[in-house]
Amino acid sequence: MKRQIPLALVFFFGVLMIIQYFVPHEASEWTFEFLMDWIYIIGIFALALGIWSLVKVSWDKIRLRRENWQYAIVTLLGLVAMICFGFDYFRNVFNAAGLQNFMFRHFFDYIMIPIQSTMFSLLAFFIASASYRAFRARSLLASLLLLAALIVMIRFNPYFGPLTAYLEQTASWLLNVPNLAAKRAIVIGVGLGMVATALKVILGIERAYLGKD
Amino acid sequence: MNIFERMMSVDRRWVFLFLALVCVLTYKVDFEVEVRVTDEVRKIYNFIDTLKPGDYIFVAIDYDPNSLAELHPMTYAIVEQAWRKNMKIVFTALSQNGPGMADQAIRDISDSLKLVKTYNGITYPTRDIVNGIDYIFLGYKPYPALVIAGMGQNFRLPFPTDYYGTPLDSLPMMRGIQNYNQMKCVIDISGTSGIDMWIAYGQTRYGFPLALGLTGVMAADYYPYLNSGQVFGMMGGILGAAQYEKLADNAGSALDMMRIQLYAHMVIILFIIIGNIGFLVSRRAKNQ
Repeated sequence: MKRQIPLALVFFFGVLMIIQYFVPHEASEWTFEFLMDWIYIIGIFALALGIWSLVKVSWDKIRLRRENWQYAIVTLLGLVAMICFGFDYFRNVFNAAGLQNFMFRHFFDYIMIPIQSTMFSLLAFFIASASYRAFRARSLLASLLLLAALIVMIRFNPYFGPLTAYLEQTASWLLNVPNLAAKRAIVIGVGLGMVATALKVILGIERAYLGKD
Repeated sequence: MNIFERMMSVDRRWVFLFLALVCVLTYKVDFEVEVRVTDEVRKIYNFIDTLKPGDYIFVAIDYDPNSLAELHPMTYAIVEQAWRKNMKIVFTALSQNGPGMADQAIRDISDSLKLVKTYNGITYPTRDIVNGIDYIFLGYKPYPALVIAGMGQNFRLPFPTDYYGTPLDSLPMMRGIQNYNQMKCVIDISGTSGIDMWIAYGQTRYGFPLALGLTGVMAADYYPYLNSGQVFGMMGGILGAAQYEKLADNAGSALDMMRIQLYAHMVIILFIIIGNIGFLVSRRAKNQ
């Protein structure tokens, strides 16, 4: 029973959703709405689990004075502060309630945005270093890759004068022909793979998601 | 270790330092870089430009602050163009930090519209942008595939209220607006795989015209959809944003960043060439 009930549920709802997708009827729309609400409810449990996990891991780190435990304090303070400002527990600190709250917006604009932008901008340095070491003309294929990368990178460089137009055309051809062919093959392959996997799950052939017990 | 072997193994800290110097210098020294406009960007501009006042467009701001530098300029240029032409916009933000980005963009662009500006020879008067009349911001909901599919039936399904908690039915702009059928197009500006969901669950199912704004590294992945007609236009990275700013005659941070990107690319190319000269000469010497 422990395995049969989940398998039956997956089969039933899998087939139901396939039929629902292709039937433009009021009942079908109602089913979709109803099941969508269920997914959100399940998601809320996942959110609660995520918050609990974050608090527990951070608290244990502080309690046991693990390496870099001080950062865990910042994590917890950030979590509490954003929840309190967002839900207005401090009752309008610096006016405007909820998501328009002054502190909520300023925490996002002046802490979150610079932090994430800085982290991502570091990528440029790692890309520069990685491309210097990786782009070597070791073989014919590597040389072709190197050449293609260089053309795409310099395609809009205005300092190449009349060559720019040719570079642009070549880059456009590279993106629209070889790149397109490869990507399309991958997309179609992945799509077929997804359909096959979904069918295997719905029909109970693929049971890994049930776990080992 | 001879000079060619040294060329092959430059310490990465030198690469970092040189790149940082070039970025700072080009940021400080102000000069213009010529930007050539591609068809895929021009199609988006022309599409928006031919819409009438009062038309509705849908703008999905599906990016976090990490892709802000590349994607924010696209949002700013497109939304300002649409609002200057008195169009109405439905916003969503289906990435976790997207609501903050959308909220910031709406505030900044609303402020910009308080100034008289001239774009492409047309002078636009000042105007106040009002929530519920000129735009509606639906906010964030998890599971983008479900939200996109749900909005195809009715915006009220996934979003009974807007981001600020106001019921959709009480907003004047939403009278008679049900789903994508009333939108002239959907523009997804995204730094996430949410684009795939807009294509699979939105465009394919509901058939609306879809345009994309995406980060530079993602652009190559979406050419198949451009070629198949599922996507009618595409802006890739700072370059795409700069092209749009040029077309809209609204110079913003993307056109400004082009000179930094151009010289940063030239530094990367220079190091690649140095590394390859070292590699090829060393290999020849070893073979002899």
